[in-house]
Amino acid sequence: MFDFLQGYDVLGAFWMTVKLTVFSAVGSLVWGTLLAGMRVSPVPLMRWFGTVYVNIVRNIPLTVIIVFASLGLADIFGVTLGASDFQIQGFRLAILGLAGYTAAFVCESIRAGINTVPVGQAEAARAIGLNFAQTLRLIVLPQAFRAVISPLANVLIALTKNTTVAAAIGVAEAAALMKKMIENEAQTLAIGAVFAFGFVVLTLPTGLLLGWLSKRMAVKR
Amino acid sequence: MTSVLYDTPGPRAKRRNALLSVVFLVLLAALVWWIWSVLDDKNQLQWSLWQPFTTSQAWTTYLLPGLANTLKAAALAMVIALPLGAVFGIARLSDHRSVRVVAGVVVEFFRSIPVLLLMLFANELYSRYTQVTSDNRPMYAVITGLVLYNASVLAEVVRAGILALPKGQSEAAYAIGLRKGQTMSSILLPQAVTAMLPAIVSQLVVIVKDTALGGVMIGYAELLSERGTLAANYANVFASFVVVAAVYVVLNFALTSFAGWLEGRLRRSKRSTGAVLGAEDMEEMNPAGVGGTAGTGAGGTI
Repeated sequence: MFDFLQGYDVLGAFWMTVKLTVFSAVGSLVWGTLLAGMRVSPVPLMRWFGTVYVNIVRNIPLTVIIVFASLGLADIFGVTLGASDFQIQGFRLAILGLAGYTAAFVCESIRAGINTVPVGQAEAARAIGLNFAQTLRLIVLPQAFRAVISPLANVLIALTKNTTVAAAIGVAEAAALMKKMIENEAQTLAIGAVFAFGFVVLTLPTGLLLGWLSKRMAVKR
Repeated sequence: MTSVLYDTPGPRAKRRNALLSVVFLVLLAALVWWIWSVLDDKNQLQWSLWQPFTTSQAWTTYLLPGLANTLKAAALAMVIALPLGAVFGIARLSDHRSVRVVAGVVVEFFRSIPVLLLMLFANELYSRYTQVTSDNRPMYAVITGLVLYNASVLAEVVRAGILALPKGQSEAAYAIGLRKGQTMSSILLPQAVTAMLPAIVSQLVVIVKDTALGGVMIGYAELLSERGTLAANYANVFASFVVVAAVYVVLNFALTSFAGWLEGRLRRSKRSTGAVLGAEDMEEMNPAGVGGTAGTGAGGTI
């Protein structure tokens, strides 16, 4: 029944999807946290930069960003990220684009989390003489992160699905393989079912695990 | 909130902030200078490459038809997805376990599949099993993908909107003898739709952004794919990306601002029940959230 799968590296394509997701998740978490820090910082210029970045990046389609990474960043700016061939270059540029895009949403989630921390916490931190960076790092962010696990889980799940956009610049992940397979094979429905199942398998446990974690980690107030 | 994290700056803090500002400004300026010099090297800044955008031809031949197709697909998808989403949202709140479970499975399934897969799949189905002409097929496929995904997201919005209403609303309706269907159609739904409006407008941004997938992957002639044709004609890769990105930003920023304005207006309105679903509220539709089901999809805004 599933003999149409022969000759195609379905697991390899999904492994590529997983790799794209993991690398861009780490990248967007780091960059998103930095952006959130900028957006609440006492330096007006940094606040301005954070706001402008988030508002611009959120409103551009991810597809535009990924295609630009390939046609603009690589071809015009020569940003190849040390890649030796086209496949690796596409992979790394896709991670750059995905991380840059997702960071805007991570930043907004973390900022919402900072708002859930009671004012008294920051006041107490300042009262014992902590400065802005210390207050943020030791008192506010640890509580904010625990509050935003489930919004971040939603962002991570959206990111998993968004990695399919990398197919637009020739990264051999799940969507690219599905496009190739349904063009060459007759079993359209079965192929669709296989790939749909793959994404349910990837996203469902993430949602359940992080949902459980967010309940466990929630700060009881 | 932001001001709570730090005191009103004293002399030392003022000096430090000024220093940080200068360092940050230098970094930004270095980045801008690098971008500028590379573009200059690659001759992407020549006025002849930007000049087409000041004439009407580039707009009427490429960008405006592309934008029209983007908006057409987005609007049609929204119009079809809304009633479908309402049906599934209400079905998820049904008293009958079988209806509830089936609607839940359908909604969660389509929320966990990438829109791109839905579009590719729909495109292939239309070419194999229907008489849709190859000219229209990409648009049909784009709209089908968008409808399936966004109807299931909107179903969650509708469900959240109804659940966000005060319990007294349905209790009062039952008390004056309305039946379940009447309570839903004449008491709960009208209020829920009002409460949902900001979230629905925000969802439009997601739909507009996702139409770009159809341009790259299945050849729908929307704004992003028209950019390719335009750049092939004028050889202005960078300029065309800047202009197209700017069009998307202006359009989506207008939608976001409108949603925010609407939300504020609804929250202030005396006649509402105070239940308003903004874009951010959808983020709280977490896996462990309303109804305790295993939600998998993202909130409304990514």
